[in-house]
Amino acid sequence: MTVQPKARPPHSSGRQQRPAIRRAVAGLALVAAVAGCSAARELKLSLSGSSTVAPLAAEIAKRYEASHPGTRVDVQTGGSSRGIADARSGTAQIGLVSRALRPEEADLVATTIGIDGIALIVNGANPVRSLSDDQIRAVYTGAISNWRQLGGADAPITVVTKAEGRSTLELFLEHFRLDNRRIRASVVIGDNQQGILTVAGDPHALGYVSIGTASQEATAGTPIRLLPLAGIAPTLENVRSGRYPLSRPLNLVIQPPPAAGVAPFLAFARSPEVHDLVEAQYFVPPAR
Amino acid sequence: MAKRGAARFDRVIDTALALLAWLVALLVVGMVGWIVADLLRQGLPRLSWAFLVELPGDAGRSGGIRPILISTLLILGVCLAVSVPIGLATAVFLAEFQRGHRGFGPLVRYSLDTLAGVPSIVFGLFGNAFFSITLGLGFSILAGGLTLACMVLPLLIRSMEMALRAVPAEHRLATAALGLPQRVSLLYIVLPAAAPGLAVGLVLGIGRALAETAALLFTSGYVDRLPDSLLDSGRALSVHIFDLAMNVPGGGSQAAATALVLVALVLLINAFTSWAARRWLGSLHSTTF
Amino acid sequence: MLKPSTSFHRHADRPLLWTLRLLSAVAALIVALILLFVLREAWPALLQLGPAHFLRDPGWHPASGDGDADYGLLPMLAGTLLSSGGAVLLAAPLGLGSALFATSYGPPRLRGPHRQLLQLLGGIPSVVVGFWGLVVLTPLIRQWHPPGQSLLAGILCLTVMILPTSAMLSEQALRDVPAGSLQAAAALGLSRRATLEGVVLPVARGGLLSAVVLASGRALGETMAVLMVAGNVIQVPATLFDPVRTLTANIALELGYALELHRSVLFVGGLVLMGVVAVVMALAAGLRSSPGHG
Repeated sequence: MTVQPKARPPHSSGRQQRPAIRRAVAGLALVAAVAGCSAARELKLSLSGSSTVAPLAAEIAKRYEASHPGTRVDVQTGGSSRGIADARSGTAQIGLVSRALRPEEADLVATTIGIDGIALIVNGANPVRSLSDDQIRAVYTGAISNWRQLGGADAPITVVTKAEGRSTLELFLEHFRLDNRRIRASVVIGDNQQGILTVAGDPHALGYVSIGTASQEATAGTPIRLLPLAGIAPTLENVRSGRYPLSRPLNLVIQPPPAAGVAPFLAFARSPEVHDLVEAQYFVPPAR
Repeated sequence: MAKRGAARFDRVIDTALALLAWLVALLVVGMVGWIVADLLRQGLPRLSWAFLVELPGDAGRSGGIRPILISTLLILGVCLAVSVPIGLATAVFLAEFQRGHRGFGPLVRYSLDTLAGVPSIVFGLFGNAFFSITLGLGFSILAGGLTLACMVLPLLIRSMEMALRAVPAEHRLATAALGLPQRVSLLYIVLPAAAPGLAVGLVLGIGRALAETAALLFTSGYVDRLPDSLLDSGRALSVHIFDLAMNVPGGGSQAAATALVLVALVLLINAFTSWAARRWLGSLHSTTF
Repeated sequence: MLKPSTSFHRHADRPLLWTLRLLSAVAALIVALILLFVLREAWPALLQLGPAHFLRDPGWHPASGDGDADYGLLPMLAGTLLSSGGAVLLAAPLGLGSALFATSYGPPRLRGPHRQLLQLLGGIPSVVVGFWGLVVLTPLIRQWHPPGQSLLAGILCLTVMILPTSAMLSEQALRDVPAGSLQAAAALGLSRRATLEGVVLPVARGGLLSAVVLASGRALGETMAVLMVAGNVIQVPATLFDPVRTLTANIALELGYALELHRSVLFVGGLVLMGVVAVVMALAAGLRSSPGHG
């Protein structure tokens, strides 16, 4: 938009420009001062990575901060690959990774703080109660594209999949022996929550997300339903007993040696002191 | 005969254009009405003083937006603290010291025009690579504010330059005739005379910065807690809306309420700008035919 | 612009001038810095992969294992061009209609409110338009033709975003017609259509075209409004109801966790985007300086 100045009163007060400059200087001083403050603060831990682990890590962080004044723990999400990369580069002291470490990641050390599974979810209004592995494979490769073929309503299936770099996607593909190239999706999502939001908002959607996140949402009244996998219900008990076929450890990952203040936090995150938090997120606390 | 046919053709075209014009006018009313009504319907029940001053809870589904408001203001503060001095200096340079069509001035102007065309997500890429990683600021309010500063500079400079150019030449001549140094004339005559116009530019910049999301996603980050310092990550209002809408089931009404706060802020700023522009810079010209 | 500013060079204030020059240089260097850093980050991908990969790879699987990754940018470029093109096709005639309303067809007392509403629409941040699209528009489209998150939703949200730009610039172009020509046309007793066709449009054509081009520049660079409603599936859409992913949405979705070569390719995407926008802006500059525009 262009405002063409035409005429304006010739005289304005001469006082007005000084505060402007003073403000600018004060602003810069503020930047310097506050930036300086942070250096004086005692301890800051930054965690980044898996969106499955992040909510649990944030809860643990809150409790840890409460018992350790002077420590601030920040949690950023971005996927497990990001967690690995940030732990390696030092961008974050602790990486959040929702899978076991791979052989090529042997330079890192993992602390398991919980166990989670991956569940297929449909909208609460969907009459379909279970799907076989073959059916799931057929839907995700586009061989089946209508719920009618699965005993549901006559409606096209909205196939929800995760974006690249997410360990939920990797484990899902691995379990169903699928190649991501063959996946025919209708919606690509990032975080678990986004998958749940999409499925809750679309009566014909099929997606897969963390059991922990999904159970929590389903309990809170979000209209989604978790489907059994190979006949085994996606429950905490089945994940705990190892019967549920698609489960994974939730890890805090560091590159040794641990930075200042990291070791006590890891010990705290593994301790029984936080098991209630782990269970509140519908994950299984690690066996000791 | 031919003339009557032409006249009828005239009327048909005229009616068609009138129809289009009215249709668009109604469409604009409808669109604004639809969007605002939906925001109000979803967000208004959540909106209260408490919403503004409480901490968010349960991933933003409950509670308020205090840390988000504070982070937004801090990001804005950093943005202005950096962009205003640079912007003002550049505007003064372009308006007061540059007359030719060759050399440094046109180069600066060309460079700023190019900067104005850079998409906001590219500012995000740059801010992430330069401020967050190369300068080591990480995901922080400082990195976000600096990224926004780069983004609003062209707008700031263009409007401030215009304000300075609107100051009548006689003012400068008078001080030059008195043999006063430029510094004096600039500080005591030109800048004060242009102050209202400069304020309009400033406010335009604030509006642009407040509305921005894409450039902040990977520079100031997502952390929705009260920042302790400018090196902490802080979530801006626009990022909060994005996160609640995309990543939090049941976050819709909170997102709508936050959107209302953001839209109200931007509108207040825009209203102030156009009021100030009318008040001080003369009305927008209004030729009609 | 206005008159050339009065020179002070006789009383040149060297320190002041140099300070101003220095800060102007900082402002001018930002764009170079941006280009430099985006290039620097994109460099590994450009070097290791080369344009053939970006153009010919069948898909986008940047995080797959060694030697197995695909980096096809074309589907996303198609997403960007189709969504922006669609939005411009809608916003250009609408913008012209709005400009006609504001200059000639609308009753004078409604023109002010109309402009204020447009400004209001222009003041709505893109993330809010995206939110509205997500909760209101896509469910409506889903009822019509699933899945709802689609190219169409992207086009409509983009149209909302660029209509104010298109309308205001078109109005400006119509106003640039010299009042003298209009008075002459009135004196000749020309009809409103004849005035438009014979006097206004020939003069305003350049301005109107540049309004369209600037609006499309805006659409190409828009992120949030498309990201939230277009479904983000990487494919060349066959219909308006297919989901698409634009270059901007791709960056916003993946930069958070992209690593190494994947991250680098995202910056290549940023370069491509800058290139497309630069071409469009150059086009606009050409149109503005073309003869026939007052």
